[in-house]
Amino acid sequence: MAARDRHGKDAPWGEFAIVGKPQRKVDGLAKATGAAIYADDIALPGMLHAKTLRSPHAHARIVSIDASKALALPGVHAVITGKDLPVKYGVIPWTPDENALAVDKVRFIGDPVAAVAAVDEDTANEALKRIQVEYELLHAYLDPRESLTRHDPAIHEGRKEGNVSKNVLLEFGAVDQALATSDVIVEDEYTFHGTTHAAIEPHCAVAQYSADCVLTVWSATQITHYVHRALARVLELPPHKIRVVQPCLGGAFGGKSDPFSLEFCVAKLAMKTGRPVKMLYTREEVFYCHRGRHPMQLRYRTGASQDGKLQGVDARVLIDGGSYSSFGLVTTYYAGQLLTGPYAFPTYRFDSTRVFTNKPPCGPKRGHGSVQPRFAFEVQLDQLAEKLALDPIEIRRRNFVGEHTTTVNGQRITSNGFLACLDQVERASDWKTRHGKLPFGRGLGVAGSMYISGTNYPVYPNQMPQAGIQLKVDRSGLVLAFTGGNDIGQGSNSVVQYIVAEELGLALDQVRVVAADTDLCPVDLGAYSSRVTFMVGNATIDACRKLRTELVEALAAHWKIDAKRVRLIHGEALDLEDSTHHLPIVEVFHLAEERFDTLGATGSYNTPELGGPYRGGTIGASPAYSFTAHVAEVTVDVETGRVRCEKVWIAHDCGRALNPMLVAGQMEGSAYMGVAEALMEEHTVNRFGLHRGPSLLDYRIPTSVDTPELAALIVESLDPEGPYGSKEAGEGPLHPSIPAISNAIFDAVGIRLKHLPFTPGKVLAALAELRAHSGEPTLAGEAR
Amino acid sequence: MRGRMGLLHLRINGDDVEVAAPSHWTLLEVLRYRLGLTGSKQGCDKGDCGACTVLLDGKPVLSCLTLARTVEGRAVTTIEGLMPAHVAAGGKGADPVQDAFDRCGALQCGFCQSGIMLSARALLDRNPNPSDEDVRAALAGNLCRCTGYTQIYQAVELAIAEATGKRPTPRSWESAEPRGSP
Repeated sequence: MAARDRHGKDAPWGEFAIVGKPQRKVDGLAKATGAAIYADDIALPGMLHAKTLRSPHAHARIVSIDASKALALPGVHAVITGKDLPVKYGVIPWTPDENALAVDKVRFIGDPVAAVAAVDEDTANEALKRIQVEYELLHAYLDPRESLTRHDPAIHEGRKEGNVSKNVLLEFGAVDQALATSDVIVEDEYTFHGTTHAAIEPHCAVAQYSADCVLTVWSATQITHYVHRALARVLELPPHKIRVVQPCLGGAFGGKSDPFSLEFCVAKLAMKTGRPVKMLYTREEVFYCHRGRHPMQLRYRTGASQDGKLQGVDARVLIDGGSYSSFGLVTTYYAGQLLTGPYAFPTYRFDSTRVFTNKPPCGPKRGHGSVQPRFAFEVQLDQLAEKLALDPIEIRRRNFVGEHTTTVNGQRITSNGFLACLDQVERASDWKTRHGKLPFGRGLGVAGSMYISGTNYPVYPNQMPQAGIQLKVDRSGLVLAFTGGNDIGQGSNSVVQYIVAEELGLALDQVRVVAADTDLCPVDLGAYSSRVTFMVGNATIDACRKLRTELVEALAAHWKIDAKRVRLIHGEALDLEDSTHHLPIVEVFHLAEERFDTLGATGSYNTPELGGPYRGGTIGASPAYSFTAHVAEVTVDVETGRVRCEKVWIAHDCGRALNPMLVAGQMEGSAYMGVAEALMEEHTVNRFGLHRGPSLLDYRIPTSVDTPELAALIVESLDPEGPYGSKEAGEGPLHPSIPAISNAIFDAVGIRLKHLPFTPGKVLAALAELRAHSGEPTLAGEAR
Repeated sequence: MRGRMGLLHLRINGDDVEVAAPSHWTLLEVLRYRLGLTGSKQGCDKGDCGACTVLLDGKPVLSCLTLARTVEGRAVTTIEGLMPAHVAAGGKGADPVQDAFDRCGALQCGFCQSGIMLSARALLDRNPNPSDEDVRAALAGNLCRCTGYTQIYQAVELAIAEATGKRPTPRSWESAEPRGSP
C-alpha cells in the first residue's frame, strides 16, 4: 500500500473545523430551488425524441423486422434494430451477453427490439406501432429450478453451462465434521422474493454528435466510467471521441449501475441523424429493465455448541438471475463471501448457483448479493438462540468475530464497532425489560450485519488508481475539485467539499465540486459497492496534502516563521504564536502562486492487496467493513394477519461520521427500504412472464404513513485506513431490517416467517399452523 | 403526430404567460417542455408518485394528471416560484421551507422534493402551526425513495419552529450520549 493511501484518523490541524458536524450539502440549495439539472431537464436545439419497441414475449426467436412503415411516417428520422448495434456488452468483462437491441432473439417481456427517433414523443410512439416484428415462440423459463436441469432451448446459446449463469462452491475448514460434532443443529429453508430499486427518477439519456465526431452522452447513470467504456466498445469509437456526463441524479440504489440500452440507442440515433436525441423511459419500462434484487432460495444448516458458539455453517443458494448476466458473477460470490462477519465461523461452505430465466434481468440493489443471505442467516441465528434458550442479542455477542482479525474466508477486518452497535440498540429499545415480555401481538427482534466499503477488485482488471481527484486553485479564493465520483443523492460531492475545506482551512463556500464528467474529471470507478466516501475521500486528502504543503511553505517564507506555526482555518491564515500575523487565504493562494507557479494538485487512492489466496478470494475483500445492528418493533394483527413495523432502532458503525446528518439520512433511508422489502414490495411476473404490476401504485413502495419511526444511532469505530477513519453508511444499514422484522414477529406471536414478503396471507397461514401444532384452539388476542 | 394546438393563458409564479401547446398536453408537459420550468419532475406520469406536485391557486395538485387547458386563467406556483416570492416579500435567499430542507439533510437525490416542499408550503400557508398528524397527512401523497421521510419531517418541523418560535425535537443521532464505542 502506498503511503498516500493512509492518512490517519486525526484532523489535519489538530481539531476538526467542518468534519463531524451537520453541514449543508454542496448541491442542497440548487436542489431545493429547482435549479439542479437532471437528465430529462436537458433540452438541446433540434433535439429528437426516441422510444423503444419492446418484446411482448418472454422467449422468442426474431424471424423478421420490417420498419418501413415506421420510417415512412412524417416526423420519423431514424429507426434502428439489433443489426445497427451488433456488439455485445456487459458490465462484467467476462460475461458480455447483452445487446443494446435484440439480435436474433428476445429473452424477457420488455427486451428492447428497435428504437425510433422522431420529432416528438407522440410521433415516436406512433412509429413503434408500425414496426412489424415476426416472432417464433420458444419455451419460457420462469422457475429457476427448471433452469438448473433443462438447457434446451438455451436462453443464451453456445454456453457449456447451459442455463446456469454461474456456480461458486467454496469450503473453508471441515464443515461436515464440525456439524457432526455440534451440540445443536438448525436446518431450514428461506425464500427471498424479487424487489426493485424504484428510484423516483426514471432512466433518461441524451446524446449529441458533433461535426468533429465527438459523441457526448448525458445519462442518469451511477457509473459514468463504465458507460464510457461500454459506449466505446459497442459503437466501435475511440474512447477519446466520447464524453459521458452524469447530470444531477434522481436516485439509483444500484439500479443505474449497468450500461442500459437507451445510452447506446440515443448515441447511435444521434450519429445517424446528426441531431441531438433524448430517450426517457416510462415508469413501466423502468420496471421491465430494472436490474433489481435477485430472488433467492436459501438453505442453511448451522451447528453450535451448547454455549451458543457457532461451529459450522453450510449454505446452498439458488439465485434467479433473470435473462442476462449483469453483475451476476459478483452476486453469486457475494451471496456467500459477505456472510462471514460480524460473527466468527470456524468452518463454512457455500454453494451458490445463479441461473438464467426469461424474466427481467436482476443486478445490484443496495446491499448487493448479501441482503438475501443475511435475512436467512439472521433468522436462523434467532432459531438457534431459541433452541438454546439464549437471548438473541447475547448469542450475537458471543459469536463476535472481533476487530483487526481475518475471517474464515480470508477477509481482513480492521475496525469493528459491532458490539457497540448491539449495546446501542439494546439500550435504546429497552430490550432487556421488553423483549419476550410485551403483550401478545407486539414484539421486538434483533439482527446484525456487515458490509464492504468498496472492494479491492476493480470491475475490469487494472493497476491504476480506483479513485482520482484534481484540484484547481483560483486567484479569487475558490478551489474547484474535479472528481469522477458519482453523486447519486448520497452526498459524495459534499464529502469532497467538506474534506477540501477541512484540509485547506477554507470556508465551505470557497470550495465547489465538478463531478462525473469524463472530459473534465479524473477517472473514478463510480457509485457502487459503497466505495465513494472511502476511496474518493482518501484521494481528496491525498491531493489536499500536496497542495497544503505548498500553501504553508509559501506563507511561512513570507512571514519568515517555521511552517509548524501556520494554521489555515475558515478561509483565514493564522500564525499560532503571533496573533498580529493573519491573512485571508486568498492572499496565501497568491503567495503560493508567485512562489510555485500555477497552483493545482492531483490525488488518488488504490486499495492494498487484499483477499484470500484462492480463486474468487478477492471478491468481497474490502479495505474496511461497516457493521450494523437493528432492533425492530412490530405489531401483528392476528385477525387480519397484517404486520406493522412501528419503529426501527438502527445502530451503524460508519468509522467516523464526516457529516452525521448525512450518515443518519443513509441509515434511515436504508432501514426504510428494508422494511418495505419485508412487508410490502414484491417484483413478480405472471405465468407468461409478464410483470404483475409495473407501476408505483401496484409495486407498493411505502408512503410517509406506511413508514415506521426510524431512530439512527451512530457508532464511530475510527478505521485506520478510511478518510479520517470513516467507512461506508449507504448500504450496510439496510441488511438487518428484514430479519429483525421476522424475528420481531416471532417475539410478537410465536411464528417464524422464512419466506418473504411477510404478507397477511402468510401470517395467517403460519398462525393456523401454529395452532394446529400446539393442539390448542388459540384465539386471536389470547395472552401468551 | 402534432395534436391540435391551443393557446393557454396562465399566471405562472406571479407572471401572466401565453403559451401554445397541443391540447392533450398536461400541465406538467407545458411547464417542463414549453416554459422550461423543469423543477417540477415526472416520476411516473400517472399520479402515483407526487413528484410533479405544483400549487394551483395555492392548493397542491398533480400536474401530470392535470390537463393544461383545464387550468386556463388560473395561478400556478412551481418550485421555481418560492424563492422569488420570498425575496419579493422582503426575505433573503430561499424560502424558509426550502432552506430547512437543505439544513436537515432532506434533499438526498432531490428528485421528489420539489413536490414535497410545495405540499409543505401549501400546508404552512393554510396552517402555520400544524400538528405532526397534519404534516403526515399533507405529505402522504408524495413518495420519497431516499430518506425514509424522517429528515423531511424534521425539515418541516424546523420550518414550523422557526416561524412560531417552538423548539424542534432533538434528532436521534444528536443525543447527549457520546457517539461511538463505549
